[in-house]
Amino acid sequence: MIGITRRTSLRALSLGMVSAAAMTAGMAAAQDDTVTIGYAVARTGPNATGAGITTIPNYELWVDTVNKAGGLAMPDGSRRMIEVVEYDNRSANEDIVRSIERLATQDEVDLILPPWGTGSNLAIAPLMARFGYPQMAVTAVTDKAPEFAERWDRSFWMLGGGHDYATGLVEVLSAARDAGRINDKVAVVSVADGFGIDLINGARPAFEEAGFELVYDETYPLGTSDFAAIMNGAQDSGADSFVAFSYPPGSFGMTKTAQSMNYNPKVFYISVGGAFPIYPGVADGKAEGVMAIGGVNADSPTIQDYFQRHTAFVGNPPDSWASAITYASLEMLAQAIERVGLDHAALAKELSTGVFDTVVGEVRLENNQLRDLWWVGQWQGGSFRAVNPADKEGASEPVIPKPEW
Amino acid sequence: MLTTTVILGLVLGGTYALLALGLTLQYGIARIMNLAYGELTLLSAFVVVALFQGLGLSPLLTLPLVAAGGYGIGWLLYAVMMRPLVARSQGRGRLEVDSILATFGLLFLIQGGLLLAFGANFTSISYLDRGVTVLGVSVALNRLIAFGICVVVGAALVVALKTTRWGLIMRAVALTPGSAPLVGIDVNRAARQGFALGSALAAVAGASISMYQTFSATAGVVFTMKALVIVIMGGVGNVPGALAAGFGLGLIETFVATAIDPGLTLAATFAIFLLVLLWRPQGLFGARR
Repeated sequence: MIGITRRTSLRALSLGMVSAAAMTAGMAAAQDDTVTIGYAVARTGPNATGAGITTIPNYELWVDTVNKAGGLAMPDGSRRMIEVVEYDNRSANEDIVRSIERLATQDEVDLILPPWGTGSNLAIAPLMARFGYPQMAVTAVTDKAPEFAERWDRSFWMLGGGHDYATGLVEVLSAARDAGRINDKVAVVSVADGFGIDLINGARPAFEEAGFELVYDETYPLGTSDFAAIMNGAQDSGADSFVAFSYPPGSFGMTKTAQSMNYNPKVFYISVGGAFPIYPGVADGKAEGVMAIGGVNADSPTIQDYFQRHTAFVGNPPDSWASAITYASLEMLAQAIERVGLDHAALAKELSTGVFDTVVGEVRLENNQLRDLWWVGQWQGGSFRAVNPADKEGASEPVIPKPEW
Repeated sequence: MLTTTVILGLVLGGTYALLALGLTLQYGIARIMNLAYGELTLLSAFVVVALFQGLGLSPLLTLPLVAAGGYGIGWLLYAVMMRPLVARSQGRGRLEVDSILATFGLLFLIQGGLLLAFGANFTSISYLDRGVTVLGVSVALNRLIAFGICVVVGAALVVALKTTRWGLIMRAVALTPGSAPLVGIDVNRAARQGFALGSALAAVAGASISMYQTFSATAGVVFTMKALVIVIMGGVGNVPGALAAGFGLGLIETFVATAIDPGLTLAATFAIFLLVLLWRPQGLFGARR
């Protein structure tokens, strides 16, 4: 048996304390050299798909780009490498909240990047506010953004609200109707889930106000995989325009069903998923003329360069809606840090008032929101081009009627 | 109008029934409630898509391959993972709880593997996506094929279980696994075959799903749920019951979507599910225990 005397244990204790102190000192020194950025994103669970398309690739691309350039530029002209602390939030709000707490209190990261999705961003907003971190809520679509920005003054809402997208679409259709290209009947279907409900609630009054008649107006449950009955109803309704406020599986399913039953409305609009790079493949190469939510200025050299870098780094092009905005939010963050450093209050103020040069052009937030967005896009000649707001620089002319499948 | 509803409903029901056949076999014969069933389906769907996109192999051609692969995976899973659970379980209840927990873990394992291998993207291919007119109703060819596979496989299973010696053994094991050894039946082997065959059917269902539906690595649980509802409605382990319940569900969903409101399809499904559970908990076609 080994006797442990008080002396040896004391010695061991002091040795342990010294080495622990040395380690923390080492870590503190390392922390001065790097900027730690934490995020809790959905690697698993139902949000993994959205996060895997829009959020994670852009975070990784940005960190890679910054670190290859020598790190984040600081106000004093020095550069500090980014170190990432990542957690899987498993698409559960409890996990997201726990991870954010951990990032803020245990890992003590310098900055926290938001998770994917409206619900996740709302879930962490009070916590981010309590710890004082700026929150660049990019992938959050909500009509209540003005309220939230007021309640949590370091939160930034960058993807508009359902009402904006619905109104944008009604504008496009009104112009086409006034030009005599489509009739005033619209068939609209919506998924009975947060986003679909938001959009249809914004769209119904907007359509009515513009003098459109909703001849087919139905909702379908999340997870519906068979759209034959719905598309049959829409086809029989006599509407020239088909509008679906849908999630990707629904958007893709309806596209395929419309093709297989040879349903050729003059306007074919789907929501999330329409701007994904895989959409033309889903549509069997016949995506031309399909409208969807989002869009990019496909002629802009910065966008073209971003698409190229994304393709080279990730292996596939970004989606043409929230991806570029996500990347732009990170560029804003980097530029704000270069101007004011890592102090959270100063950073939030700079993000709120500064002007930034990003892949989507010059960005300036209004009341902590990005309002200079594209609402409607259309596949034209192989790229997903923004068509509304029509008066915004870089907008393409919508093609109506859409060519047949 | 009515023919449209009936034909669309039958085709939809066929795709549902095909999904449920494997699960009902696994539960009926091997007594394993396989919660990772949907993930096995997805695995096969991803493999079919990868072969289609990478090598240009048509999904119909790869279908027998993934079916064989599914059989092999099911065989291995049973031999390595399920067999110890069966060996140490005394009664049926214990095995059910253990297998549910074990396959629940397997679900996340396969899901993680799929995310690593194929990424989080939505996957969808365009294959035989053209319309075919059946009695004046336009139906997507790929769905019609799934319907055809379901009818052929389902009928073959029903006949084999009813008339062959192999079917007799399977039914004996399903009915009284305790007494089957008394007449010289190797229960372990029969259960392994049942489980493997169920996995093969899951793979076939996955291959047909890959032709007509958008899916992602995290969608497996949706398939498991749908299959589970059909299996329980049809009577656990009852192949004709699963077929009938699948077709019934497809017809009802289509009827509700066209005549009442597409928003109520899910509600109608679960309302009927509830009714069945209340009045015939053994399933529409299940034998009383």
